[in-house]
Amino acid sequence: MVQYSQTRLDTSFAALSDATRRGILEQLGRADASITDLAETFRMTLTGMKKHVGVLERAGLVITQKVGRVRTCKLGVRRLEEEAAWLESYRQLWDARFDALDKLVEELKQKEKDDGE
Amino acid sequence: MESKPTPMKNPTTVERTSERELVVRRTFNGPAHIVFQAWTKPELFMRWWAPKSMGVPMLSCEMDVRVGGGYRIAFGHDAASAMEFFGKYLDVIPNARLVWTNEESDDAAVTTVTFEEKDGMTLLVLHELYPSKEAFEANSGAEGGLPEQFEQLDELLLTLGAEGA
Repeated sequence: MVQYSQTRLDTSFAALSDATRRGILEQLGRADASITDLAETFRMTLTGMKKHVGVLERAGLVITQKVGRVRTCKLGVRRLEEEAAWLESYRQLWDARFDALDKLVEELKQKEKDDGE
Repeated sequence: MESKPTPMKNPTTVERTSERELVVRRTFNGPAHIVFQAWTKPELFMRWWAPKSMGVPMLSCEMDVRVGGGYRIAFGHDAASAMEFFGKYLDVIPNARLVWTNEESDDAAVTTVTFEEKDGMTLLVLHELYPSKEAFEANSGAEGGLPEQFEQLDELLLTLGAEGA
């Protein structure tokens, strides 16, 4: 695990050692963008941009998703982890509520049964 | 970590179904008219919506459950620090469907709850539809910038986690 983190960190640092790639992350922090958009913004060829995005993607800093013919890039891991953590805490809230609701449903069912007898 | 589930405990699932929508699902071991009552009678609603493990009690709850009718719920330890949630019902189909707005902020979701009875059990599906992807993210905290309400919610959840519920 430590080894993994170390490797991950190295990959991240390598990815961040390039000014263009730092610029791409900054850009994606403002809004998701396609490879084409990014190539235009940074005045690069599509191939060159694909390489940079590839490095960022392998470092887990960017995720890409292809919809139709367009590959959209967005900031990676951190945001996904946050979202997953948030969803889980949201689920726990509902689960706690519903456990309480279970008890109430039991009680109301019993009451209805008693009233009907 | 987890407390022992009761023998008949059904799982709660949450799914993000689109950029601006969340779906919560849960089955209850009782008929729809009973589950529906628990969502529409304030004295019953107050008994489960803010379970003890949440840490902050519900102070008051008013509901006028009919199309166009309003609701207002206050949470807190005292009236001075109360947090209010309010909105109105857009659709009410007894024992089957409830739709309401959340009007605490412009970013708030419209909530739809459906109650589907089968063999004496009720499948409850709750949808929260946010006005935009940005509104969803502002509310979910997925983008940092947590609104105050959600920071408080986070605190509640921490308490919840600490109790192992």
